[in-house]
Amino acid sequence: MRNYEVTFIVDPVLSGDEIKATAQKYVDQLQGSGASIVNVDEMGLRQLAYEINKRHTGYYYCVEFQSETTGYLSSLELNMRRDERLLRFLTIALDKYGVKYNADKRAGLIGKTKKKTKGGADMNTPAAAAAPAPKPKIVKAQPAQPDNLKRIEGIGPKIAEVLKTSGIDSFAKLSTMTPDQIKDLLNQAGDRFSFQDPTTWPAQAELAAQGEWDKLKKWQDELKGGKVVTAASKDEEE
Amino acid sequence: MAASRDDIKFLSNPNIGQQRKKYCRFRKFGIKYIDYKDADFLLQFVNDQGKVLPRRITGNSLKYQRRVATAVKRARHLAFMPYLTDLLK
Repeated sequence: MRNYEVTFIVDPVLSGDEIKATAQKYVDQLQGSGASIVNVDEMGLRQLAYEINKRHTGYYYCVEFQSETTGYLSSLELNMRRDERLLRFLTIALDKYGVKYNADKRAGLIGKTKKKTKGGADMNTPAAAAAPAPKPKIVKAQPAQPDNLKRIEGIGPKIAEVLKTSGIDSFAKLSTMTPDQIKDLLNQAGDRFSFQDPTTWPAQAELAAQGEWDKLKKWQDELKGGKVVTAASKDEEE
Repeated sequence: MAASRDDIKFLSNPNIGQQRKKYCRFRKFGIKYIDYKDADFLLQFVNDQGKVLPRRITGNSLKYQRRVATAVKRARHLAFMPYLTDLLK
């Protein structure tokens, strides 16, 4: 029992009835020659990748059939070649894997390929039944994850680490602390942090926790290194 | 920082950049048939001009690279894929 698949493109300028009649003619010819039709896939009107006979679209059909004999194939192809209503055709002998693939596809076991695959290792088209499931979607909002404390002016990567290890990992927590508490923390962490002035950090953190990034940015432009320019230091500059 | 033996090892570490092992995705996932009608799938094996990518780039084994190539050529014949373009991807 041999399995074959013929795909052909019918000229789209014909009326719908004529297109269907053309396809039906070849199906009938196959059946008349003793082949049993497994499936007729009317793939419909599709855009062509390049123009054929000055046309940009075509009506695709794909017929899968099987038979014991093979003599009729050459006469089938000859008729297709002579027919002016067909733009292209292609007859293929299917091996057992091809037959299985087509059967699975009809049963819906084969999913669609994603356009951009992650890391190049994901295989989606035929992988629905066989391969391991694709990676779970990464959740956009991550409430469990710590906030990026570096958004606050005055906090760099090292200080963010220090704060995280002592349990402050969100803007909300930082905003509840007083500057003195923060200073104590920093002093415990090491000498290099002692000159940092965390006066404004809780206030900045509060803005950040509320999501007021615009206000925060404006204020940060006014701040220099996280320190408020007070009247006292202005006097010193003069 | 003092130059310790660890530093020296790191600087001349031969394993940098050798991480991802290339493999044949058909062998690995047990895919036996490549459908020529599935243009979206075949786009993975074709560069942005529509040309078939070489095996050393795609990582396919010889058997499946040949099948991929015939599938692409069939797809081109049936206008599922172009023979030559620009900006395919």
